[in-house]
Amino acid sequence: MGKLRPEDLEKIAERMKKVMSLRQGAGQAKITVHMGTCGIAAGARKIMSALMRCVDESAVKDVIVTTSGCAGLCSREPMMTVERTGEAPVKYVDLTEEKVQRIFTEHVLGGRIAADCALAIGSEQTL
Amino acid sequence: MKTYRTHLMLCAGTGCVSNGSYRIAAALERELAKHRLQDEVAVIMTGCNGFCAQGPVMTVLPDGIFYQLLTDTDIPCLVEEHFLKGRPVQRLMYTPPAEKAPVPKMSDIGFFKKQRLIALRNRGLIDPEKIEESIARGGYRALAKALTSMSRDQIIQEIKKSGLRGRGGAGFPTGLKWELTAKQPGHEKFIVCNGDEGDPGAFMDRSIVESDPHSVLEGMIIGARAIGASHGFVYIRQEYPLALERLNLALRQARAYGLLGLDILAMGFDFDISVHRGAGAFVCGEETSLIGSLEGRPPEPRIRPPFPAESGVHGQPTCINNVETWATVPEILNRGAEWFAQIGTETSKGTKVFSLVGKVKNTGLVEVPMGITLREMVFEIGGGTQGDRKFKAVQTGGPSGGCLPASLLDLPIDYERLAEAGSIMGSGGMIVLDEDTCMVDVARYFLDFLRDESCGKCTACREGIDVMYQIVADICEGKGKEEHLPLLEELGQAVKDGSMCALGGTAPNPVLSTLRYFKEEYEAHIRQRRCPAGVCKALITYGIDPEKCKGCLLCNKSCPQEAISGERRKPQTIEQNKCIKCGICRDACKFEAVTVQ
Repeated sequence: MGKLRPEDLEKIAERMKKVMSLRQGAGQAKITVHMGTCGIAAGARKIMSALMRCVDESAVKDVIVTTSGCAGLCSREPMMTVERTGEAPVKYVDLTEEKVQRIFTEHVLGGRIAADCALAIGSEQTL
Repeated sequence: MKTYRTHLMLCAGTGCVSNGSYRIAAALERELAKHRLQDEVAVIMTGCNGFCAQGPVMTVLPDGIFYQLLTDTDIPCLVEEHFLKGRPVQRLMYTPPAEKAPVPKMSDIGFFKKQRLIALRNRGLIDPEKIEESIARGGYRALAKALTSMSRDQIIQEIKKSGLRGRGGAGFPTGLKWELTAKQPGHEKFIVCNGDEGDPGAFMDRSIVESDPHSVLEGMIIGARAIGASHGFVYIRQEYPLALERLNLALRQARAYGLLGLDILAMGFDFDISVHRGAGAFVCGEETSLIGSLEGRPPEPRIRPPFPAESGVHGQPTCINNVETWATVPEILNRGAEWFAQIGTETSKGTKVFSLVGKVKNTGLVEVPMGITLREMVFEIGGGTQGDRKFKAVQTGGPSGGCLPASLLDLPIDYERLAEAGSIMGSGGMIVLDEDTCMVDVARYFLDFLRDESCGKCTACREGIDVMYQIVADICEGKGKEEHLPLLEELGQAVKDGSMCALGGTAPNPVLSTLRYFKEEYEAHIRQRRCPAGVCKALITYGIDPEKCKGCLLCNKSCPQEAISGERRKPQTIEQNKCIKCGICRDACKFEAVTVQ
């Protein structure tokens, strides 16, 4: 990159936003993938990769992706919880890569709960 | 840049590096790769986090979980449990003294809670080697503002209004200094960043440069614009290799982006910075000595006036500010003088970085609002004394500062209050002393340092400090006389009055402040030939309490002089003519049977 002009600073900041908003822990949505032994055995790693692809390819810059342990409902794994800022968390069960893509577009970006994949509203307390 | 879901902010400040953070980084990379997490979790090496006592430390973002005292062997478990399975590892978290449950989040830990970060605003949040991360956190925005929408005078007025005072020690109003330099005639002016941090145990400036070098550069460019300087110097110690490396890298990056050099930000302003490495002389912290050193002359202070603002580097008007002052400047322009002025006390605005060291539990680097009390510093941020020994004093302001006793614990920290109490703010060193510290010995230690570091130009400083040292050393050796105490006070005043620069001007502080607050310790040394803290070797004898001694022979076997004798399961005795008072027996004893009198 060549010499900057004053307005270029903002462009660099915008480009770095994905990185920096992650560090501030603030975002429009937080997605927790359940990574207990049961979750991993049921394919949670693939779910995580699919999710990371969605985040990478989308234009949004402040979606936080994190992991948690087993939620206690091992038969319905892989699972994830989507929590849009200021809204109730929603738990999704029996996930596949296609479902993850749909949930990402409809719920995370669009704000409409993908009811057919959802188990319930609410989240267990971790830690 | 690639998207990761987690950033591991691993501290690569000097303290953590010496505790092995690069080894931890290698272990993390290896384990992440093993679990194929290398594309999901990134390891970022940051500048000093501040909590050096618990190093190596690491903050996991976005969760904000704080891990401490990491070792290579913890990493496989940590990676699998937390970063793969999402279960934070409690045993690697920080547990406050006297509590049982660990505190997972960095923001909830007492050490961090009371801090307010302005100069250190980006510490631990950016990779200091990437200018883009600094820019993303608001870096160089104040510069853009200064160049596009502020006149030179407006910048100076803003800094004046903020009440910012020099963080190097003297506390001279920064805006006024800029104004004086700006008003000088002549078209060539210089600015200097004083990074010659010479106080033993101080590492504020070092950490600022290591964790966020761009904040210092940005402050300097703004200052240069305000006073009309064409060139700047960073005077920094050669002993700070990591700070030097990051500073030089930051300079190259800033030049490549057109933030330094000709036509900065395409706004027609030219300015560049060069780095000057200091050989580590304490006196170079004094501005006229520093200028001498910059010009290639011996670092000796000269009479002021003329002040550097009138005649500094190569006889040109020069504005010298300390690293922390420069790093604070951009934030004042970004957030406004009023915002800065509402933090702190009546006379001292904003925040100050301190290195909190000595006999305190949480040693490290802290930034707090001015006006915080010594008690809050030592007991809330510092977590109290090590081993909960009785607190005796806190030494502020570096070697030429003073020792403040427990009765002054509620003193709010600002320039004036510290001076009234017989100490100085200095550049922000803060050494906690407990009941096992002999105050006469402390005064002796600092005088020894200062007599080495005196440049020798003024007789009062060169000879006076040495004579004071000899007297205090005599007192420590049990050769003290009653008339020594008034003589020390008189000498101290003479050195203060007869020295040209601040080194001599403040050098008697360690003696004068300990005489003021701990006179009874001097008197015990002189009248009773006794060292109450049990430190001065000539005045103490080691003995073994026969009531407490179990005859385990641990002391007997550990004594390098073979001075301890006695049968197993019987009380031991020390042969005084063989004893060298090294204290190894006292450390070895598990029953506190070794006594010092």
